[in-house]
Amino acid sequence: MRIMIRNIGAWFDRRLQLAAPVREMAEHRVPRNTASWWYVFGSAALTVFMLQIVTGILLALVYVPSGAEAWSSLQALNYDVTLGWFIRAMHGWGSNFMVAIVLIHMVQVFLFGAHKFPRELTWIIGVFLLLMTLGMAFSGQVLRFDQDAYWGLGIGASIASRVPILGPAIVKLMLGGPIIAGATLSRFFALHVFVIPGLLIGCVCLHLLMVLKLGINEWPMPGRIVKRTTYANEYHQLTQKDGAPFVPYAIWKDMFFAAFIILAVAACALYFGPFGPTGRPDPTIIQTVPKPDYFFLWLYALLSLLPPSLETPVLLIGPVVAIGVLLLLPFLSGEGEKSWKRRPIAVLTVLLIAITLGTFTHLAGFTPWSPHMNAWSSDPVPDRYIHDSTALERQGALVFQVKQCRNCHSLGESGGQRGPALDSVAVRLTQDQLIRQVIQGGGNMPAYGKNLSPAETTALVAFLETLHPKGQAPARDASRDMALNDENQPGAKP
Amino acid sequence: MATKPAPAPPTDATTDAAISRRGFFMKLGILFNGLAAGVLAVPIVGFLLSSITRSRANGYLSWVRLGKVSEFPEGETRLATFQNPYVMPTDGKTADTACWVRRVAGEQFQVFAVNCAHLGCPVRWFPQSGLFMCPCHGGAYYQDGARASGPPERGLFEYPYKIENGLITIEAGQLPTPGAAIAELTGEKPSCAS
Repeated sequence: MRIMIRNIGAWFDRRLQLAAPVREMAEHRVPRNTASWWYVFGSAALTVFMLQIVTGILLALVYVPSGAEAWSSLQALNYDVTLGWFIRAMHGWGSNFMVAIVLIHMVQVFLFGAHKFPRELTWIIGVFLLLMTLGMAFSGQVLRFDQDAYWGLGIGASIASRVPILGPAIVKLMLGGPIIAGATLSRFFALHVFVIPGLLIGCVCLHLLMVLKLGINEWPMPGRIVKRTTYANEYHQLTQKDGAPFVPYAIWKDMFFAAFIILAVAACALYFGPFGPTGRPDPTIIQTVPKPDYFFLWLYALLSLLPPSLETPVLLIGPVVAIGVLLLLPFLSGEGEKSWKRRPIAVLTVLLIAITLGTFTHLAGFTPWSPHMNAWSSDPVPDRYIHDSTALERQGALVFQVKQCRNCHSLGESGGQRGPALDSVAVRLTQDQLIRQVIQGGGNMPAYGKNLSPAETTALVAFLETLHPKGQAPARDASRDMALNDENQPGAKP
Repeated sequence: MATKPAPAPPTDATTDAAISRRGFFMKLGILFNGLAAGVLAVPIVGFLLSSITRSRANGYLSWVRLGKVSEFPEGETRLATFQNPYVMPTDGKTADTACWVRRVAGEQFQVFAVNCAHLGCPVRWFPQSGLFMCPCHGGAYYQDGARASGPPERGLFEYPYKIENGLITIEAGQLPTPGAAIAELTGEKPSCAS
């Protein structure tokens, strides 16, 4: 039996002649200290990518890329097709994991100085792999053709339209027509299923080929300086003196981590289930609060917080600069120290970017810049604010609620956060200032002068004046009493 | 890679002669393939850019009926829906579009796109406070569509409208975006200063 298998193997290898190069590849010598848990993220990213291909093909067996039917076919996957929900959940969570692992891989590679000579091109292709991964994530979100996908496309089109001169043409090219509709979904399907995966597979092969040809980046030692003239020789000596064959010396950690990641994706899929789809993509249903997927939340926050005048330049120039810096990085610092211990600016840059993205993502979790559309009808004024109040003040509390003030201003920690919380507004603003602010608006507040009768304004301000902590007096204009009482003073009448 | 050593130092004439036959056909082959690629490129590029070129030829915009004028009470703002004039069989519900119709008085209307002038999210009308509010990035507009607060740099997009035989129709068919507002598409000035 064994002889027969060996003979069959030999028959194939006589024709394919792959055994020798594969063995050589598997047993190529790597520096001993690269057999580290820090070196597992690249293979983990590849593992998740293969998982995405498998689950993606399975989903394509049922999914219909038609604007009229995509949403229903996802419902069928979720509820009718056996284990359809699980495959969808694996694909969705796989996507999140892939973005996260690719980012971690990138940070690790950067901190270990692996972008330096002679691995510049490996890094550059890696940058393209990151962009394609993000492209897959966005186009995948579009294929989940629900309300978030629909309005997310609208946001994408609005951003694209701001490109000078070419903007409107880019929008039509992106949407495949004048509006977001069936043609839009079809072209994002082609991108997500054919174009980007094809490019991804090609680039992954090149990326891996270069890792094999140039050797895995050695563990960075402080003081071991990279020089173009001597590096190749030094690396060769290192792998000979202190090296070991990749299989089995280093690969077992990759294998363990790959299995762990697949199990982690499956556990998330099992526990949290698939993503959406949310509401049907019907543009006439406008009661919706669209939100991007996790990895684009930082962008959502940035778009809300940028000053209007800076928005278009930042949106159009920012990505060009960011990608340009990433691509030029290996040429700007192709030699020198590799160790993060001797590269404080590199470490601080990574930390700064991570904290910035983390903060934006955190903010996008509760969107303090958006009005809470239902706050005025669902968050009642807390009892303690109308206890012992006069009829006028109560009327003011009603005006406050009915005129949707709560959509932007919180009271008792519920309501919108677009404007300041009003729990102690009377301490900050005098009666006159309150009236002026309500009628004329200002800062970020619309003017309500046209939509409030004088009686409503009086009641509203009377209520707002009661909003101050116990024992803390409301703000008052010290000169006002004097001005009102001193009738002799010219022009002092109220 | 092994090259035969040349028996004699080649003169210009002999090198030309040496590459002339094979080299000529090689070059001819490349040229021929270039021609084929060029011929193929014309329909491919034409197909890919059809969504842009079509708008130049026929245009995407048409006059669409919204309903009877009497369906819109004076002084109020109501949501109306219409089907996009350019429809593909795979569009489903996405061919429908909503818009806000404000009947100012008599036959004086304002028809706003639901898309926020910031990044296109659907704005909602709150009659009590007389504001349009956007759920995405915090834009707000007054009842006449003028910008009230938030990130938008302009007021709401307005559709041109006309009233015939008691019916209100608007010129629509294209997603309004900050780069190409409806008024710019039709070459008209906005009917109200927003």
